[in-house]
Amino acid sequence: MTKLNRRTLMKIGGAGLVLPVLAGRAFAQSEPLKIGFMNVGPKDDNGWTFGHYTGMLALEEHFGDQIETTFVESVPEGPDSERVLRELAQQGNKLIFATSFGFGDYVLKVAQEYPDVIFEHATGYQRADNVGTYNARFHEGRAVLGTIAGHMSQTGKIGYIGSFPIPEVNMGINAFTLAAQKINPDIQVQVVWLSTWNDPAKEADAARALIDQGCDILVQHTDGPAALQVAEERGIIGGFGQGADMSAFAPNTHLTAIIDVWGPHYIETVQEVMDGTWVAEDSWPGLAEGEVVIGPYNEKVPEDVVAAAEAVENGIIDGSIHPFTGPIVDNMGTERVAAGETVDDAGLWAMDWYVQGVTA
Amino acid sequence: MSTDLLISIIITVVGASTPILIAALGELVAEKSGVLNLGVEGMMLTGAVIGFAVAFVTGNAWLAIAAAALAGVLVSMIFAFLTLSLSANQVATGLALTIFGTGFSALFGQGYTGRPIALFGPLFPAELATHPTWRVIFGYSALVYFSLVMVVAVWWFLKKTRAGLILRAVGENDVSAHSIGYSVIGVRYAAVAFGGAMAGIAGACFPLLLTPQWAERLTAGRGWIALALVVFAAWRPFRLLAGAYLFGLVMTLELYAKAAGGRFSILPSEFWAALPYLATILVLVLISLRGRQSNAPACLGKPFLPSN
Repeated sequence: MTKLNRRTLMKIGGAGLVLPVLAGRAFAQSEPLKIGFMNVGPKDDNGWTFGHYTGMLALEEHFGDQIETTFVESVPEGPDSERVLRELAQQGNKLIFATSFGFGDYVLKVAQEYPDVIFEHATGYQRADNVGTYNARFHEGRAVLGTIAGHMSQTGKIGYIGSFPIPEVNMGINAFTLAAQKINPDIQVQVVWLSTWNDPAKEADAARALIDQGCDILVQHTDGPAALQVAEERGIIGGFGQGADMSAFAPNTHLTAIIDVWGPHYIETVQEVMDGTWVAEDSWPGLAEGEVVIGPYNEKVPEDVVAAAEAVENGIIDGSIHPFTGPIVDNMGTERVAAGETVDDAGLWAMDWYVQGVTA
Repeated sequence: MSTDLLISIIITVVGASTPILIAALGELVAEKSGVLNLGVEGMMLTGAVIGFAVAFVTGNAWLAIAAAALAGVLVSMIFAFLTLSLSANQVATGLALTIFGTGFSALFGQGYTGRPIALFGPLFPAELATHPTWRVIFGYSALVYFSLVMVVAVWWFLKKTRAGLILRAVGENDVSAHSIGYSVIGVRYAAVAFGGAMAGIAGACFPLLLTPQWAERLTAGRGWIALALVVFAAWRPFRLLAGAYLFGLVMTLELYAKAAGGRFSILPSEFWAALPYLATILVLVLISLRGRQSNAPACLGKPFLPSN
């Protein structure tokens, strides 16, 4: 027999009070999923961050009212990014995309404090229960660009403007150089490191320095079109768009571009989060999945060169070509990959060496 | 090193130094009147975006420069009103001005990304600059010659004119200047406006001279270098010229050394990247070794509150 006293009455009353709250929470789940994006550059950089912004627009188009997005721009890769991440989490964002390599340590730190928030770190390698990583195989696109450069360079000297010597950039340099040397074994690639992703005046000056020293093709792994504009002004053979089609900046010099298409990955991730099937893993699609796309070719690229570039592109897509197939010797003379072998993903992520012909 | 390469390096150095020099000259005059305006970067960004927009719409670089100067004056007047009329803290207000300029330029520039413009061409006819050696002298856009003329003009104004003397008096001893009948606030308004105009023009150098596009934060911290240069140059225009070119030289040499690869590989690229900072420390040590008092205007950064 249940004793009905004040205490048990309060329990029943308490349950009655809790019920509407629970119902309220269940109701809240049909409210829009709040999604935050934290970016290293401005969305108007015409390149990297613009690519993520376009991806977010695709997300909004696909999910409409089901999601609510916040896009934070120009967050420096340092302690400030930790503050921005925490703010995004406190504002109720349940899924946060951090789109630059240097955010990694801060993502991990803040993710520990907010275990119910899911973090996705672009180009990163550190994961946790609520931290996934994603990237695109840009180096596959770089192999296509290298094929074009190998055919078209007359001086055999190619200038490469790099941001930071991190694996993502290093594998691009190496994939480009290996592909170019398949066409012309004498190709030399000169790298200039800028220690920044976005400083257009410095990028332009680096392009001037490289052209003044005989480079007739420029490649950049920074976020904007400044180097291409200098290439156009000086009238060298060519350059390439990075992250987005940049032909508007260099109509005569923009040979083609590596275009990042993040939309499908973002849509897939958000769907997984909504369905509760998301798990922390690494996603690394490339040309085959359409996350990396080669842009339209400039009309000055000869037909046979376009054909050669497309052959490499198709070979990578069907798996018959691996951008890193041995024998590969590094620029200190050490053999890194034996004949017939390829570099696996772990090897790519640890790449801190440059192939023969690269000066970095 | 071939002559052609040397000439190319000189031309790149001149381009890199010019905006820093113009912005620093403006700040020098403002500081000489006793006003510390830390908003140079914000004023430069405002000038850069307005200059780009006008160049994009009209295609006229001269109009773009005029508009950039005007925009710089307008935002500097916000600063002047707060710090001079309302006696707000100059350091805090200057920092706020930089944040404002960064945000405003990003907002205003939204419609202008992805749209290239033409560079501002050389001032002199191309026939004068056919030979490489003549290119070093006649091959630049008007902004470069403007910056050099302004070095002399600022020096002449501060040293040789009565108005310059009054401006310096206001910066050295505002109470005395006030007591003999000069308008301290009026002089400072004028000096801040000049600083704003020069910062605006310096900002316009980025799309017109260096990289003909608009991108957010296009000036990438050059305004802070200009601020540091004023101290570095001990508030002297010709030393400022030397300092700006030293900075431009070091920044450019870093890139050329890296681009040259093999020949410079005895020195690691990190050394070249650190060189601007090493040069700064070296010069500061040399200045202090000479044992002279800092040449800073005595009233720099202090609000003027006339006791009627």
